[in-house]
Amino acid sequence: MMPELGKYAGAVLSAYAVSLALLAVLVLWSLWRAKRVKAALEKVEARRNGQD
Amino acid sequence: MASIWEYANPRKFMSVTDRVLPWIAGLSAIALVAGLAWGFFLTPDDYRQGSTVKIIYLHVPAALMAINGWLMMLAASLVWLVRRHHVSALAARAAAPVGAVMTVIALLTGAIWGQPMWGTWWAWDPRLTSFLILFLFYLGYIALWAAIEDGDTAADLTSVLCLVGSVFALLSRYAVNFWNQGLHQGASLSLDKEENVADVFYFPLLLCIAGFVLFFLALVLLRTRTEIRARRMRALMARERMA
Repeated sequence: MMPELGKYAGAVLSAYAVSLALLAVLVLWSLWRAKRVKAALEKVEARRNGQD
Repeated sequence: MASIWEYANPRKFMSVTDRVLPWIAGLSAIALVAGLAWGFFLTPDDYRQGSTVKIIYLHVPAALMAINGWLMMLAASLVWLVRRHHVSALAARAAAPVGAVMTVIALLTGAIWGQPMWGTWWAWDPRLTSFLILFLFYLGYIALWAAIEDGDTAADLTSVLCLVGSVFALLSRYAVNFWNQGLHQGASLSLDKEENVADVFYFPLLLCIAGFVLFFLALVLLRTRTEIRARRMRALMARERMA
């Protein structure tokens, strides 16, 4: 299934590897931060509601 | 019909994006996987560039989003400066890291592609240089947001920086036409069919571009939601301290 990339295989595969890795890191970082901030806000809101 | 300014209300923005975000993320994943698989596995080599032509499916969409990401930040910054809607300033902030990563991908894939085709990883060509400066503007923009504690002041100053950086975003797009020199070719996609890449590369490229646009949109919405929550958290904690 792997296409014949010839003498440029290194260039093509490294371009895909670097790009997909960067996209994956960006997605994981964004999801991690979203989860962390959501949990922190819920904690602050729960504390605030407890005071009311 | 609802006015677009309704979405400047954080509560409305959160409720609408809560519903649409999974769809945009799903469509983005489908378009990206299908487009990249089509381009990588099912397209032939170019008669001059060999298999390196497959890099186009990453390089062109990433470069497009690097420039248009900054222009989206410009639009959001102008909305902030004129109408003072916090959601727009936070959307611009949320888009910056995504645009910066797109710029890095465009620069890296360009260097990897350039080495076998031009015989060099880098040249001080008008388009490459303006792209590097655009990347530095992205870094400066992110650093400025992080350096200023007061949110409104940070939004004001970063908006002005965004206006200045827009010159380089546009230069990145039109540098080849302005200077007509350097190693980089003109646009791969054009309204003039004669200037376009061949159809066999064109259609998977369009699908990849659609995937990158949706990917950018999904991440910016997700990150804007995070910025809205972070801003509310800071406001609540400030109230706690004052009480």
